Amino acid sequence: MFVTPEFESLRSAVAGATEADVRRALESIRPGERDLAALLSPAAEPFLAAMASRSAAATGQRFGKTIQIYAPLYVSNLCANRCLYCGFSAENRIDRRALSLDEAEAEAVLLQKRGFNHLLLVSGEAPAVGVEYLEALALRLRDRFAAISIEVQPLETEGYARLFRAGITGVAVYQETYDRVTYGRMHPAGPKSDYVYRLATPARGAAAGLREVGIGFLLGLSDWRAEGLAVGLHLAWLRKAFWRTAFTVSFPRMRPAAGGFQPPQPVNERQLTQLLFALRIFDPDLGLVLSTREDARYRDGMIGLGPTRYSAGSCTAPGGYGSPDGSAGEQFSVGDHRSIDEVCAAIRAKGFDPVRKDWDAVFQQTAA
Amino acid sequence: MLTIAGREFRSRLFGGTGKFASAEVMRDALVASGTEMVTVALRRVDLADPADDIMRVLDRERYLLLPNTSGARDAREAIRLAHLARAAGGTPWLKLEVTPDPRTLLPDPVETLKATEELVKDGFIVLPYMNADPILALRLQDAGAAAVMPLGSPIGTNQGIVTAFQVRIIIEQARVPVVVDAGLGAPSHAAQAMEMGADAVLVNTAIAVSGDPVRMARAFAMAVAAGRDAYEAGLGEARENAAASSPETGLDFLR
Amino acid sequence: MSHSMKIVCNGVERVCAPQTKLVDLLCDLGLEPDTVVVECDGVILRREAYDTHLLTDGSVLELIRFVGGG
Repeated sequence: MFVTPEFESLRSAVAGATEADVRRALESIRPGERDLAALLSPAAEPFLAAMASRSAAATGQRFGKTIQIYAPLYVSNLCANRCLYCGFSAENRIDRRALSLDEAEAEAVLLQKRGFNHLLLVSGEAPAVGVEYLEALALRLRDRFAAISIEVQPLETEGYARLFRAGITGVAVYQETYDRVTYGRMHPAGPKSDYVYRLATPARGAAAGLREVGIGFLLGLSDWRAEGLAVGLHLAWLRKAFWRTAFTVSFPRMRPAAGGFQPPQPVNERQLTQLLFALRIFDPDLGLVLSTREDARYRDGMIGLGPTRYSAGSCTAPGGYGSPDGSAGEQFSVGDHRSIDEVCAAIRAKGFDPVRKDWDAVFQQTAA
Repeated sequence: MLTIAGREFRSRLFGGTGKFASAEVMRDALVASGTEMVTVALRRVDLADPADDIMRVLDRERYLLLPNTSGARDAREAIRLAHLARAAGGTPWLKLEVTPDPRTLLPDPVETLKATEELVKDGFIVLPYMNADPILALRLQDAGAAAVMPLGSPIGTNQGIVTAFQVRIIIEQARVPVVVDAGLGAPSHAAQAMEMGADAVLVNTAIAVSGDPVRMARAFAMAVAAGRDAYEAGLGEARENAAASSPETGLDFLR
Repeated sequence: MSHSMKIVCNGVERVCAPQTKLVDLLCDLGLEPDTVVVECDGVILRREAYDTHLLTDGSVLELIRFVGGG
């Protein structure tokens, strides 16, 4: 089992890095954990352009000039947890909605018509959206989408295995914060208050045979540098234990949400960028995901520098694709409001290929 | 301290006992090498010379015996030899060697994996000799191998670590010790393996056929220690050009 | 009436007396029993059994020991 090192030790590892450490890290052929700490440190800030260069080179070599496109599909905002920062917290008075299988399928078909082939099913943590529901939904959707991931409450290994057999290809589960003290404060009640169970979740997903596992933390809850080191260590551990699994890291950065939560340690754009570059340099094979929390200007600027996957045309309220003026509560406010076509055009304008069309689907079309 | 299957080793140089001019030279060379684990093979007793027994000069108080399955051409033969080895030596330790091609003596990956799976289930401590295939190394570890032994170059060719690129990947991904075995023709090869991060090396031919095996054994011992010290001290790596390709857009978009 | 037996030992035919114990055969061959592992008709014999195992007509024996190897 992965055990997070003492958060204080992660903080000092990052704080203690010197300019010499940063230079060494930038030039290392096989950066290690000490190099990651250096790249996350304050000493690395003046080197952002050099980090961008190294990150761009590594990304291009491994991923070519492509950005994968996906859409999140929120199937429910019912939630038993009371996470201080989340729009779906049980504390918040928002319109609650859980889509029926038919409704969820209708939303998915809408997304498919818009050109999406990669789907991320998202829900709050509620009995209504358990393994049975997700399994049934996966079976309905598996022939329409090349990849279907889930970002839902932690499941048991057998749950993930069932979903894998039903057509789910990936799971995303963020530790939110690797800082135990902050974790306890942020998740006072509900199943999510169990830090250890959540921490072991990516491993369960990988053990169940899911092809892709996504991890990450919420930027703004605790010291982002120490969190970055923690996620890097978590990733290295997972890679060793599950060599057949592909991994991604996402960078959800606190944005306004119902409840007016103020992130205790807000992360600015340059810091998000440094974090992203550091992880890319540390792990050239890692998928890096930027959602629509970030605005168009930032996401366009980052094309080619590190990220490999973008969501587009996102709606974080259940049923929002079919009924954009619907009243169901959002998880967070979107920063990039562009449609999939607009995002793809922007990607192409930078000389990159937005990957949304599945090879199989194209093949089936031409064969028909 | 190197640990394999719960057993600690102070020396990271393992020795082979083949190809020596005499049992006495072998004995002296092994002492000079400082090794704590030696391989032996299994063969029919030579009934014309019944007193010829290598175990007369191999002190089992001093060396952990690692019988090998050399001669096996498939998993079935290797498993048979394994059981004979366990009966002969009273030890579950085993260097699994499945080499169907007598010319190259390269290990068969399919038979090696098959034999490893079965022998691990049967309680053997299996150290499989393998080509430097990173995926095979992972499969063998998943099957329960106590260590993996990727070759540097084919047995007896003394060409050094021809497989360096793959061996590096194996070391990076390994969850068990990595012992580079075969083809280490000079102490510098052994040092190179250790500098790359290998946990140990196994050397036989280069010591046995040298003009002065005792001296050569000592040289290898020094090289292994030197390489390991350098690795642990933190080698200055060959550097990557950090300005390989500048992005066309800078970071001006950042707020 | 006693007649000699034929056994195969390391691929070579040998004649020996009926009711020969394995341990006696090994001694005749000049072998210290502890230094040899014996496979009789494909079955590895335990060391303790050497003293009591009786060879039979047509037994195929493999006498194996450790030798130098890499």
